[in-house]
Amino acid sequence: MTRLLRAVPGLTLALMAVPVAAGLAATLGPALAPGALSALLAWPGLPRAVMLSLTTGLASTTLALAITLLILATLRGTRAFAALLRLLSPLLSVPHAAAALGLAFLIAPSGWIARALSPWATGWSQAPDLLILNDPAGLSLTLGLVAKEVPFLLLMALAAWPQIAAPSRLTLAQTLGYGQTAAFAFTVLPPLYRQLRLPVYAVLAYAMTSVEMGMILGPNLPPPLSVQVAGWMTEASLAQRGTAAAGAALQLVLVLAALALWRGAEIAARHGLTGMATAGLRLPGLDAPARLLALAGGAAVTAGLIAGLAGLALWSVAGLWRFPAALPESLSLATWARAAPTLGPITGNTLGLALGSAGLALILAIACLEAEHRFRLRPSAPALWLLWLPLIVPQITFLPGLHRLALELGAGGFAATLAGHLVFVLPYVFLSLAPAWRALDPRFATLAASLGASPGRSLWAIRLPLLLRPLLTAFAVGFAVSVGQYLATLLLSGGRIATLTTEAVSLSSGGNRRLIGVYALLQMALPALVFALALLGPALLYRNRRGMAA
Amino acid sequence: MDRRTFSRLMLASAALPALPRAARAVVEWDGITDIARGQTVWWHAWGGDPKINDFITWVGELALERYGVTLNQVKIASTADSVAAVLAERDAGKTTGGSVDLIWINGENFAAMKREGLLYGPFVENLPNWPLVDMAGKPAVMTDFTLPTEGYESPWAMAQLVFEYDSARLTDPPRTIEELKDWILANPGRFTFPKPPDYLGVTFLKQVLYGTMPDPSVLQRPANPATFRRRVAPLRDFLATVRDALWREGRAYPENEAALGQLLADGEIDISFAFNPGRASAEIAAGTLPDTIRTYTLKGGTIGNASFVAIPFNSGAKEGAQVIANLLLSPEVQARAQDATVLGFQTVLNLAALTEEDRARFAMLDLGLATLPPDKIGPALLEPHASWATALADDWTALYGSGD
Amino acid sequence: MTPGLSLQGVQIDRAGTPLVRIDTHVAPGEVLTIMGPSGSGKSTLLAALIGTLDPAFTLRGRILLDGRDVTALPTRDRRIGILFQDTLLFPHLSVAGNLAFALPRGLPGRAARIEAALAEAGLAGFGRRDPETLSGGERARVALLRTLLAEPKAILLDEPFSRLDADRRAQIRSFVFQTIRARSLPAVLVTHDAEDATAAEGNVISPDGRSF
Repeated sequence: MTRLLRAVPGLTLALMAVPVAAGLAATLGPALAPGALSALLAWPGLPRAVMLSLTTGLASTTLALAITLLILATLRGTRAFAALLRLLSPLLSVPHAAAALGLAFLIAPSGWIARALSPWATGWSQAPDLLILNDPAGLSLTLGLVAKEVPFLLLMALAAWPQIAAPSRLTLAQTLGYGQTAAFAFTVLPPLYRQLRLPVYAVLAYAMTSVEMGMILGPNLPPPLSVQVAGWMTEASLAQRGTAAAGAALQLVLVLAALALWRGAEIAARHGLTGMATAGLRLPGLDAPARLLALAGGAAVTAGLIAGLAGLALWSVAGLWRFPAALPESLSLATWARAAPTLGPITGNTLGLALGSAGLALILAIACLEAEHRFRLRPSAPALWLLWLPLIVPQITFLPGLHRLALELGAGGFAATLAGHLVFVLPYVFLSLAPAWRALDPRFATLAASLGASPGRSLWAIRLPLLLRPLLTAFAVGFAVSVGQYLATLLLSGGRIATLTTEAVSLSSGGNRRLIGVYALLQMALPALVFALALLGPALLYRNRRGMAA
Repeated sequence: MDRRTFSRLMLASAALPALPRAARAVVEWDGITDIARGQTVWWHAWGGDPKINDFITWVGELALERYGVTLNQVKIASTADSVAAVLAERDAGKTTGGSVDLIWINGENFAAMKREGLLYGPFVENLPNWPLVDMAGKPAVMTDFTLPTEGYESPWAMAQLVFEYDSARLTDPPRTIEELKDWILANPGRFTFPKPPDYLGVTFLKQVLYGTMPDPSVLQRPANPATFRRRVAPLRDFLATVRDALWREGRAYPENEAALGQLLADGEIDISFAFNPGRASAEIAAGTLPDTIRTYTLKGGTIGNASFVAIPFNSGAKEGAQVIANLLLSPEVQARAQDATVLGFQTVLNLAALTEEDRARFAMLDLGLATLPPDKIGPALLEPHASWATALADDWTALYGSGD
Repeated sequence: MTPGLSLQGVQIDRAGTPLVRIDTHVAPGEVLTIMGPSGSGKSTLLAALIGTLDPAFTLRGRILLDGRDVTALPTRDRRIGILFQDTLLFPHLSVAGNLAFALPRGLPGRAARIEAALAEAGLAGFGRRDPETLSGGERARVALLRTLLAEPKAILLDEPFSRLDADRRAQIRSFVFQTIRARSLPAVLVTHDAEDATAAEGNVISPDGRSF
């Protein structure tokens, strides 16, 4: 038992790294075929697609990080912050495709904003011919990515918050006359960013390689590289598989280059901050504009996501809804009624995969952390990188190969799909649990042992109950990640396991906003429910324990 | 294969030499339906249209009730995904029990699967309902993009390109490619087409070629790289002339037919088109398009083709899949598919070959508000050779794909 | 067998640098005080005594408790109790739950024992309370009760009075020392407060073994 526990961290890392490495090799193999590279280079859209991948990725990550940090620096502790957090936490679980479709309907020339202003303010009786969606510079894609990533970064930052003694640092700096923003930047940001670095890298990698969001919001002449690669991979004549593999390889190189660039910028920023801090710049004048920016950014992200989803919800019950009507001309439950018979099994599949993968991930994460605790293991930097590997390596560069390997091994069906989900769910579960676990006062364990408790009793009777809230939150995060999986579900189940997300994305190719609305709502509702339970459970259980209050 | 199935097959084959051809087919078919009972068929069919999904669900109920075959639709975003899946399975050595049992297919996807040896067959001529198919009147049921189907795919719906417009906004839509060009130039921003290599987008390019080429018959032969530039010069001229007057000044294009239809529903464009003469009526019936939408075709005809189902070589339920293919050809299912409130797909059957009762099923159908009656829809032009689709998509991508 | 806690030639080094040098014996009911500034190795010595020494340190010598060598035993088998400067009552359990956790398994009449212990410490009827609602002094007493209920053979005091306010401090301190003497437990007190050392009445040494 003890030896098994000791092996868990290594086995878990292998569980992360082996599928990624094997899938990568199998996907990129065809890139070496003669002609593959030259076919890629012959594509006229290549230079702009590469630029788009870089610019949208870097710009959206920078903006999302900036908004997150501004919110933390200037709004933490205010009522606006509490409200923002309550609204954003459930939005974390909204799948990318649903969020993108909601935003697309909001900002399109025939979308909700234009409808609300037409014709009285704009004079438009028909939708104007404006290239707002799919703009060639990728602005709408960038904004969509920002909206989707701010909630993620914010929650990741809050998970790291307890480890860095932020309140006392901030108070100290402010008693020395530093403005709120400067105090945050000089005393909290450096240790906070150290915890936030890998999540930021994952955001950058995702932003550069997202297929669903790129398809819905991104430019289409040429599209971002990832969308084009996905297009080649599914091209009818099958003649483009070498090109697709070469494109995937280029995509991987681009992500690595962008990460290197980002690392350089990190170092420069750190030097800049240190310089400013030692120069004693108090910068109290920054606070008012920073707070304004944070409020504006936070409000825009929240309002954009919520209004987009509300639009989809309205579409799900809309009859005819022509431009420029701000509201549908008639309401009907026909879409829901038509979808109802298939919703049961699809929701069942979604639940089965999400409960299974989040549950397994939680058990593995607990086992890893317990092994770390009992055998005094120090989590090494390479181990942490391995854990993040599935989130940083673009999905499009390893999932197709993984699918082929799964077939060769004769694996398939529910188990293989569940395992695939686990690869993506585990990092999030581990990363959301580990900070709280490691922050738990180690003297509790010493005390329990000095009172004669076995390691098992100390775990079950003391440490797990103390960590109930973060445990349930980690589970809910894992659940939400699993619900949002598209490519992994589609490829590893061979299309045989339909989930709310695979249905929604396949419907999105048909542009039926009514049915997309139904699925997007359910996609959001399931994780929101689990998050609510994760908050409510401990609150009820510990209603008479003030020391357990959040 | 269990022992019961095996002995039944042996019995069937032992009886073969003694029987005339028609009777032999009956015996074989009985064996097939016997084996099919209890099988589960995974049908990979584009899942972007809830009307089609509902129709497939209905077919599944029928199949279970009558033949004990369970039909599951795998709702795919692109047929090529499924083709790639079968190819991956073959590469991985999975020659039995594959994930795809039946696939909705035509054109390039069929050509690719046939070329790669990924299809089971020929099976089509053994289907009991095959003699009802209108082989003489609808040659497209046996020729898919000039490629003979050779019994490897079974037709289940006829499709023809029709244009859609809002009669409340537009009284006299353009009826030739030349008129369309003038109309686009006169109404900038109100027309577009799905981005090639999307199927409907490429079909539009072919339609323009048909309308502008001096001799469209060359389209029936493989595209010749040596003469390609000269052949497509009129198409290139057309595109160069209208480009700046397209929706979004030709800097963005809808992804597919459904996205194009959504633009019409949102009032972003005035003329749309679809590869389904009944689409507009069905959308009106579903309340998603205004009842002022009408359809029309071009003088000289529009491109038409058939939709097929095929069975991958490694399907684990080939018998069940054949039962479904046959069921799709039954007059009952064909009539329901043609109903404008259901799908509005045109039938592949020869109405004259049907019984009185079955003919009545079709006669009873209401065409819907926007569907052209059979005598008004005009001639269906043959699909060009499959190589044209690739060549046209590549040429368009080279010219416009970089967005410059 | 010699009753009490013996530190026989205990030496703790970190990367070759000597940190702790102690050779002494603490008799039952006696309190040995270790004094020194922060970083002088006080907590390292406590970690060695309780069995949670970080592998970065090397420990030589022997720790004997009532003649039994506990140097290599895991924490739970040493029967050495500890009181930290934060009382560290388990916040998810009631006062009685905290005490029950310490009570050895299989003892009959657990609830009665707990109630009796509470009453003895002047905390009768506190069993169902949430630890967070207790005053600092009450919490300190519950923490001591919890340690004692596990029936330790020795007790370590890690600056247990430093968080208490001045008037409560003397009161709790004498309660703790009286209890230790009454139970004849050898005790090691780590502190940097000279008053604590005086009140403990025993030897006072620094981690490197020098007497004050």
